Amino acid sequence: MTDTLKPRDWEAHPPHRHPDYRSTALRGPTKPMIPVPSSLSELTGPVYGHEVVGELDADLTRNGASNGEPLGERIIVAGRVLDEDGRPQRNTLIELWQANAAGRYIDHGDSHDAPIDPNFFGGGRCVTDDEGRYRFITVKPGAYPWGNHTNGWRPNHIHFSLFGPSFTTRLITQMYFPGDPLLDLDPIYLGTPEAARERLVGKFSLDVTEENYALGYAFDIVLRGRNETPMES
Amino acid sequence: MAYKQTPSQTIGPFFAYGLTAEQYGYAFNQIATADLLAGVPDMDGERIKIVGRVLDGNGAAVSDAMIEIWQADGQGRYRHPADDRIANSGFRGFGRVGTGTDDQARFVFDTIKPASVDGVQAPHITICIFARGLLNHLFTRIYFDDEVNANASDPVLAAVPDDRRHTLLARRGEDVSGIHYTFDIALQGENETVFLDI
Ligand SMILES: [Fe+3]
Repeated sequence: MTDTLKPRDWEAHPPHRHPDYRSTALRGPTKPMIPVPSSLSELTGPVYGHEVVGELDADLTRNGASNGEPLGERIIVAGRVLDEDGRPQRNTLIELWQANAAGRYIDHGDSHDAPIDPNFFGGGRCVTDDEGRYRFITVKPGAYPWGNHTNGWRPNHIHFSLFGPSFTTRLITQMYFPGDPLLDLDPIYLGTPEAARERLVGKFSLDVTEENYALGYAFDIVLRGRNETPMES
Repeated sequence: MAYKQTPSQTIGPFFAYGLTAEQYGYAFNQIATADLLAGVPDMDGERIKIVGRVLDGNGAAVSDAMIEIWQADGQGRYRHPADDRIANSGFRGFGRVGTGTDDQARFVFDTIKPASVDGVQAPHITICIFARGLLNHLFTRIYFDDEVNANASDPVLAAVPDDRRHTLLARRGEDVSGIHYTFDIALQGENETVFLDI
């Protein structure tokens, strides 16, 4: 058997330049990309597993705590990482980062006038299990203003970074929250092809919710897959 | 049932504390750094630096980009299950760095020069660029300008138009700190880097 990657699905991904998201104007490439067939360079990639995940890394309500619990609405975000054939992507590293409940990042570059939470850092990691499942405990991130346009606010969102089985399955995405009125005003969300946008929105899930503890959101992530073709003899 | 790919979204401006925390001085560790040689003292291959900047459409250096590289070792082997040759000396072949801590917004990787993976492709490093304003990460390959013969028969370089091929060649130089290859990435403009749909 020799594998080839299924292509990046350009009906799912945003265009490189989306005028309403102003930073794309000088940064999005203008020339067509050149397709390259998969070689060993594309079918391999960095392998990071449990050895890089600390005990509290998947619990953002604890990994940045100094003298108590973070403020805000505690939530659980859980789901599966799959490929386009529904195959679970096991042992794949997920890194995530987000604003605190007030809409403030711990990042030194964030100048939004909302409080830092001494008990919330906002970065985390976990590795998917044999069924491709992951689970984070965190607080619901707040909306925050950004300078893109007049009175522009980013919807509540969590940033996700994934590896998958090769470097070319790499994905950085954002999970949004259902029913957020800012989604229909957000140039980044709206820059995504309409048919694919909903895949970015986590679903409220009573199954993920834990009684007397936290609301749950289900968010499955689909990475590009691969074609397994018989070797020519 | 067919599953559809989850759309890419920008990394945004605030990735540093999550993905490159140690580099930027946050109290969190990071999975990989710009030093691919850390902890792997003995291995084949020439020690090199890869130095470059990400330039926007005005030619300004982008100081909130994140750069990752993936490469074979000095014998052309990847540390990955799909490569059944055993990689040498624990060299992992993956690096990650943000452009926000260098006063010229450069990325500087310490690594080794990879050998050809299969005897057909010229030595190369896969590089991936993330930044605010990039809705999709961009992949390309770093080739080495002193590998004239190998580059001449490389199938990927052959697929690139003649007048753009130079954008994939890192320029070799040498100073007191050793051998370095310079590889600037132009996101736009006359010399826009060739990005690969891999
Ligand atoms: Fe954000």
